[in-house]
Amino acid sequence: MGNITPQLYTLLVFMVIGSIVAIETRNLLSAVISVSAVGFALSVAFLFLGAPDIAITQLVVEVLVLIILIRGTILLDNTSVETHRDTLAVVTSLIFFGLLLGFGAMIFGSKGFPAFGEPLMRVSKVYVQTGLPSTYAANIVTSVILDFRAYDTLGEATVLFASILGALAILRRDGKTAKGEVVPA
Amino acid sequence: MKGLSLIVRTITDFVVAFIVIFGAYIVLYGHLTPGGGFAGGVIIASAFILLMLAHGKEVAFSRLGVRAAHVLDSAGALAFLIIGWLGLAGGYFFLNVFGRGEPFRLLSSGMILPANIAIAFKVGSSLFLVFAALAVFRRRSFRPMIEDDLS
Repeated sequence: MGNITPQLYTLLVFMVIGSIVAIETRNLLSAVISVSAVGFALSVAFLFLGAPDIAITQLVVEVLVLIILIRGTILLDNTSVETHRDTLAVVTSLIFFGLLLGFGAMIFGSKGFPAFGEPLMRVSKVYVQTGLPSTYAANIVTSVILDFRAYDTLGEATVLFASILGALAILRRDGKTAKGEVVPA
Repeated sequence: MKGLSLIVRTITDFVVAFIVIFGAYIVLYGHLTPGGGFAGGVIIASAFILLMLAHGKEVAFSRLGVRAAHVLDSAGALAFLIIGWLGLAGGYFFLNVFGRGEPFRLLSSGMILPANIAIAFKVGSSLFLVFAALAVFRRRSFRPMIEDDLS
């Protein structure tokens, strides 16, 4: 695979800059496009890491989400936001970030990170070794998500189903009444 | 105003079929090459969303109506669940009881291919529904402002 660290660090720096721009910019449309740029950079990073399945999914979902978010943004009449920082929110995020770093230091501090391609969980080695002989699927990712872990995929499909159901129920027009409107019995 | 300019509409008519074919390829070969039901379903949904952006919602709904998308959404979810239940014939939920065939062939790996197709229908139609909900259902307070909106 060669040494891909410089490319990955370039992408990571680009993603961090994109996230900061997305948070700090006043214009909502610019924020949406910055978030999207971060997503595309993430998809390229997945390609560098040798995960084309995830890269395809990330790319395709990113395009769709960009369209939907731009569509939602241009429907608003006021697309610029005033910066309003809640002290509680900032303090809470700092606490959570500190906890994350603390737990990371507790877990990886003594042993260091596992080497690239050698994950902590031994089950992934079993998947790689028995994926083709036990499922006959040439694509190892599909054999994991639809055979070994199909139950997880069912849960994911259920979450998507429920969220679409909820979105349609909230956004529906039939059966909604305006403020003060009386429904004829 | 109905849809975008003539150039965009012509290119869209030309390209939409190829996008759907590419999505179908990603779905059907998901167990052999990178891809799968989720990515392929999103690609097929994006073809219909392109139609809706270029031609306005009437043309897109004449190809795939909201009610049809609802039915496909529920049918896909139900089909995936039924594929899981079929595994109970061998003793376990989601057991791969179908014939597994030869590796590296299109008809191989048992239940993975039908499960991919079910997920593609489910994901594609539900993401199309999200966009349709944004295009069709609007808050009443917005109504006067966007009366002459793109679609």
